[in-house]
Amino acid sequence: MLEIQNLHASVLDIENSEILKGVDLKVNKGEVHAIMGPNGSGKSTLANVLMGRPDYEITDGDILVDGESIAELRPDQRAHLGLFLAFQYPAEIPGVRPWQFLKAAHDAKAEARGEEKMSVRNFTKLFDEKVEAVGINPDLVKRSLNEGFSGGEKKRNEMLQLEVLQPSMAILDETDSGLDVDALRIVAEGVNSMRSPERSFIVVTHYQRLLNYITPDIVHILVDGKIVQTGGPELALVVEKDGYREYLPAAGATG
Amino acid sequence: MTLATSPAAVEKFSSAYANADQAKSPAWLSDTRKKAWSIFSELGIPVKRRGNELWKYTNLAPVAESNFEYDVSGSVSIDQVRSTSPWDYTWNIAVVVDGRFNADLSNLTEDVGVSVGSLSDAFSSGSGDIESQFASLAGREEYAFTALNTAFASDGAYVAVAPGVNLVNPVQVIFVTSDSVQSRASYPRLLVDVGSDSSITLIETYVNLSPSRQLSVPVTEIFAARDAAVRHYRIQMENENSFHLATTRVAQMEDSEFTSTSFAVGSSIARNDIHTSLDAPGAVCTLHGLYMTSGQQQQDQEISTTHAKPSCTSDQFYKGILSGNSRAAFSGKVVVKRDAQKSDATQKDLNLLLSRGARIDAKPSLEIYADDVVAAHGATAGHVDSDTLFYLQSRGVDEEAAKAILIRGFAEEMIDEFEPESLNTFVERVASERIPVLLAESDTIGTT
Ligand SMILES: Nc1ncnc2c1ncn2[C@@H]1O[C@H](COP(=O)(O)OP(=O)(O)OP(=O)(O)O)[C@@H](O)[C@H]1O
Ligand SMILES: [Mg+2]
Repeated sequence: MLEIQNLHASVLDIENSEILKGVDLKVNKGEVHAIMGPNGSGKSTLANVLMGRPDYEITDGDILVDGESIAELRPDQRAHLGLFLAFQYPAEIPGVRPWQFLKAAHDAKAEARGEEKMSVRNFTKLFDEKVEAVGINPDLVKRSLNEGFSGGEKKRNEMLQLEVLQPSMAILDETDSGLDVDALRIVAEGVNSMRSPERSFIVVTHYQRLLNYITPDIVHILVDGKIVQTGGPELALVVEKDGYREYLPAAGATG
Repeated sequence: MTLATSPAAVEKFSSAYANADQAKSPAWLSDTRKKAWSIFSELGIPVKRRGNELWKYTNLAPVAESNFEYDVSGSVSIDQVRSTSPWDYTWNIAVVVDGRFNADLSNLTEDVGVSVGSLSDAFSSGSGDIESQFASLAGREEYAFTALNTAFASDGAYVAVAPGVNLVNPVQVIFVTSDSVQSRASYPRLLVDVGSDSSITLIETYVNLSPSRQLSVPVTEIFAARDAAVRHYRIQMENENSFHLATTRVAQMEDSEFTSTSFAVGSSIARNDIHTSLDAPGAVCTLHGLYMTSGQQQQDQEISTTHAKPSCTSDQFYKGILSGNSRAAFSGKVVVKRDAQKSDATQKDLNLLLSRGARIDAKPSLEIYADDVVAAHGATAGHVDSDTLFYLQSRGVDEEAAKAILIRGFAEEMIDEFEPESLNTFVERVASERIPVLLAESDTIGTT
C-alpha cells in the first residue's frame, strides 16, 4: 500500500519553488488510480518525487510504503521495494544496451531482496518474450537505450522495462502520450495483464481514451500541486468534456 | 631564439648514443642515424614555454630531469607476454623486448604473402624498399622524439605485405618493456609496408612489465600503397610511472584506406602523435581512439591529417574519460592544401570528466586552403548526466553501478571498433577494470 501524506515538494536549492502543495493519496494493493490535471500542475513532479529524484526536496509530509516512510530512501532502494516509474520523457543513454542494463537492474533487485538471480538463459527468454509482447523491433533493443528511438518506441521501451521488472507499484507518467492506436492497446494490455491483487498502478494521463482500455478504480484531478477532486471512472469523462476550467483559480474566483 | 643554455637533457642521452653499437649497420643507416642525432642534439627534450604550441599543455620536465640507462635488455617469459597482451594463436605475432625483436617469444605463422620479423634483419638484408622508406616519414624532420628514436634505431619489427594479398589473420607487434628496477630508455621501431591492393589488420601493443619509471619513445612508419587497406589498432598500457612519447606516420597512396583505433590507458606522461598524409586522390583515413586517465596521468592525442590531393576523406574522432587530477590534451589538426578540392574532413573530441581535478585541453584546428571542401569539427567536455543517472537508479541499480554503466556506455562505440574477437575481449576487460579505478577518484558526478 502506498500512502502519500500532505506532501509538499520544491525544486532543490531554489527558494519559493514549491510545486507540490499538500498532496494526499492512498493507493491500496490491487488498485489502479488515474491522475489527470492541466499542464504544469505537478503530475510528473509527484511521480518523480515518489521515485526519489534528487532534483526535488520534500519540505513537508511523507510517503509511506506498507506503513514505512520511504522519503529518505535512494531511488534504487525504492525500486527494490517494488516502485517503478515509466517516464514521461525517458532519458537517452548512448552505448548502454537494454538487455545488459535490464539484467543488471533485475539482478540488483533480486540481490537486495535476498532472492536468487535469474540465469542468463532464463532472463534472455523473459526479455525476448516481453520484447515481442510490447512490439518493439528486436533490432532496436540491440542498440543504445532510447538513443534515436522515436517517441512511441521510447514509451514501448518503458513498457518493456515495466513488464520485465514486474514492480508492485507502477507509476506510468503519460505512457499513452504520443502513441499510435496499436501501441496504446499494447500499453493497456500490458497493464491489464499485470493487474493483480498484489500490484497497484498510478496512471498519469491527459486522455480519457486510455481509461477506456484500463478502467481505473479511482480518478484524481491534480491542479496547482494539490488534488482538488477524487472520484470514479466517470470523473475522467467529465474532464474530457468540460476541461479543468472549474478547478482553476480564476474560475473559483468568479463562481 | 634566445636560449643561452644547451638544449635540455641532451647530455643524458649522448653517452648512450656514443656507446650504441653501430657496427652491423649498413652505411646508409649509420648516416641516417647520425643526422637524426644531430637533429636531436640541437632540439633536446622539448620544454613547456610560451610559443611552443606542441608542448603548451604538457610539461616534459619530469622526462628531462630523469636519468635513463640504455642497452640493458632484460629477459621476459612467454607467460608474461601472454598474460599482459592480447593474444591469439591464429595471429602472426612479433614480440619486441626493450626495442629488440625476440624470435622465441614471437608467434610467427606461415601466412602467405606477409613477412613479419626483425627490423635489424630487414636492415642487413635490405628487404623491400627499406632503404628509401626507413625514416622517410619520421626521423628527418625537426622533431625531437622521432630524431631520438632514429638516432638509436638498430632493431624493432618489420612487416611487409606483398601486393594483392588479403590477410585474414591479424598481425600483432607487441613491444614489451622488461621488468627492471632501473629506469631505462627504449626506442621501439616499426616499419610497415603494405603493397598495392592488399589488406592487413595490424595491432600494435605496448606493455610494460616493470613497475618503475621507464622511457619509451616509439616510432611507427606505415606505407599504404595504391588500393591498400590497413586496419590498425594501437594499445598503450605502459605502467603509471612511465613516459610514452610515440609517433606514428602514415603515407597513403591512391584509393588506400587507413583506419586506426587507439586505446590508451597507461603511462605517467603519454603522447600519441599520429600524422597521416593523404598523398593521392581517393585516400580515406579514419583516426579514432579512446583514452582513460586517472591519478596524475597526462595523456595527449596529437592528431593530424594532411589532405595533399583532391577527393580524400578524413575522420578524426576521439573520446576521453578523465578522473582524479589527470589531464588530457587533444590537438586535432586537419590541413587541406590548395589542390585538395573535394576534401571531406571531420574531427571530434568528446570527453567525460569525472572529477573536478581532471582537465582536458582540446585544440581542434582546421587549415583549409582549398575552396570546395566539407569540414566539421567539435570538442566537448561534460560530466555524467544526472538525468540518466537517475533513470538507471530508478530501475534498481545503485549509484556506483549506474555510473559504471554510463561510463561503459560512453566508451562503448570505441570499444566496439576493436573487431578481432580476442582483441575485443582484451580491450573490454582492461576498460572494465579501469572504470572502478576512475570511479574511486571521481567527485563531480551525481546531481549534488
Ligand atoms: N526541476 C525543476 N526545476 C524547475 N521547475 C520545475 C522543475 N520540475 C518541475 N518544474 C515546474 O513545476 C511545474 C510542474 O511541472 P510538472 O512537470 O510536474 O507538470 P505536469 O503536471 O507533469 O505537466 P504536463 O502535463 O505538461 O506533463 C511546472 O511549472 C514546471 O516548470
Ligand atoms: Mg508531466
